[in-house]
Amino acid sequence: MRKVGIIGAGLTLFRRRMLETPQELAYIAASRALDEAGLELKDIDCVVIGSAPDAFDGIHMKGEYLAKAGGERKMTSRVYVGGATGVMTAISAWYHVASGLCEKVLAIAEEKMSPARPHPQSVFKYIWDPITEKPLNPNLIWIFAMEMHRYMAKYGIKKEDIALVSVKNKRNAMNNPYAQAAANITVDDVLNSEVLVWPVNRLDVSPVSDGAAAMVLATEDIVRRYTDTPVWIEGVGWTLDNTSWPGRELAYPRYLENAARMAYKMAKIERPDKEIDVVEPYDPFDYKELHHLEGLMIAKKGEAPKLLKEGVFDIDGDIPSSPSGGLLGVGNPIAAAGLMKTISIYWQLKGTAGKMQVKKPVHTGVAQAWGDLMQAATVIVMRN
Amino acid sequence: METPLKKEELKEPITISYKPYAKYEYSAGQSISRYLEGLKEGKIIGRKCNKCGRVYVPPKMYCEDCFKPTDEWVEVKDEGIVETAVASFISWTRERLEEPGIVGTIRLFPSKENDYVFPGVFHRICCSYDEVRNMSIIGKRVKAVWRSERKGDIDDIECFKVI
Ligand SMILES: [Zn+2]
Repeated sequence: MRKVGIIGAGLTLFRRRMLETPQELAYIAASRALDEAGLELKDIDCVVIGSAPDAFDGIHMKGEYLAKAGGERKMTSRVYVGGATGVMTAISAWYHVASGLCEKVLAIAEEKMSPARPHPQSVFKYIWDPITEKPLNPNLIWIFAMEMHRYMAKYGIKKEDIALVSVKNKRNAMNNPYAQAAANITVDDVLNSEVLVWPVNRLDVSPVSDGAAAMVLATEDIVRRYTDTPVWIEGVGWTLDNTSWPGRELAYPRYLENAARMAYKMAKIERPDKEIDVVEPYDPFDYKELHHLEGLMIAKKGEAPKLLKEGVFDIDGDIPSSPSGGLLGVGNPIAAAGLMKTISIYWQLKGTAGKMQVKKPVHTGVAQAWGDLMQAATVIVMRN
Repeated sequence: METPLKKEELKEPITISYKPYAKYEYSAGQSISRYLEGLKEGKIIGRKCNKCGRVYVPPKMYCEDCFKPTDEWVEVKDEGIVETAVASFISWTRERLEEPGIVGTIRLFPSKENDYVFPGVFHRICCSYDEVRNMSIIGKRVKAVWRSERKGDIDDIECFKVI
């Protein structure tokens, strides 16, 4: 396998109700990534498009549609693993280069959630099994609330301990110029916000967002030619568990442990809790960040809330977690949010994260995303 | 360059409504068909893999672990343990509800507490919001409450109730 590095990245603002079309958002992010890389579109060999569901933008065949943002007359493909898509977009771009197929790849992820009517929630009704689940009229928050309550019950975790994730991430987002939901809030604000599906309150959830993200990956010699601060992709992992979530122990994300083991093996990480300097775990809900820190084996089962309380995951802690502000703070245009997490680790390792830059020196970073029906995980390990 | 709109601004543009005429007839397949027939008879039907012993509810025609056909139809108990339960104050279109809908997952028997995978169903649970809030419903033994008029769908079970 060839060594693969990152030389550029770009984001749009993450906001609700963007005037720009999905194509225009993808174009903006792609142009910014090319600018940072110092390349032009004509230099790019292949393009990977990431978009989670077509239904949010309301545009069928999103891959073909978004290909207009750089992929026309090029080797272009689309990846789709629901919420795990954003990191999968980077992984797919990585194997285009690692395999020897392409020299320079542009990875683009986009999602526009606000056009869905009457509410983006309605779109999610169609992910459930039409015969055995949909007749109960579920909405997506149900499934997360069920998982959160199972996690709380199994390990005796309190809502206020989970709410600290939302407090931390929204606070971190104050340093992020792209963020939609940055705020200085307290645990009480979370607990007193509207109860959506107990135990989930409104401030336990990431917002409805539109946005795009893009990244440029290249071979080792090109990376060395274009930058003095290279960041390398050293491990990738992805797995799918089954869709039979009612027949599974929801307290622990097995799907993620499998993917993390694959990525760590490739990156030669033996002690994730000691060797990872900074992490961006997927946090569409606050408990999900804790769940994922455990699946990533950075915390033992049921112990992430304790480490969080001790400040381990704070921006100046031992293992800063979601220093970007995560989905809770930056926003959640699904595929773009996962790629945003990957980009935020890249900027941390490059040392260009600005006010988001974590206090300690960082060498190894991990980004992760999760999706489909409680089953897909994607993990990427980067080093400088 | 990016331009977020205010909520009011969305009221001004012309909106074009369009409803696609698209309907689907799903094939439930052998396994879900038998499952639905079972519900009509007031039974919960699964499929068992004799190689690994795993019981699939809803039934599956092949074992995903052994990657071979499952071996037999089994009737599992309509009783189990509440794994998790939640109370929804919003509808699927995010309308506010006065009375919460209570749902959860149930680990049916035969199964053991430490099984990572088990015969499990997602359904309504007949209990109070307080029992969800104080988590006392989680871990309780429940039984299906069957409707007297059944037509072969998951709604043939009204809910699962503590016994
Ligand atoms: Zn088997």
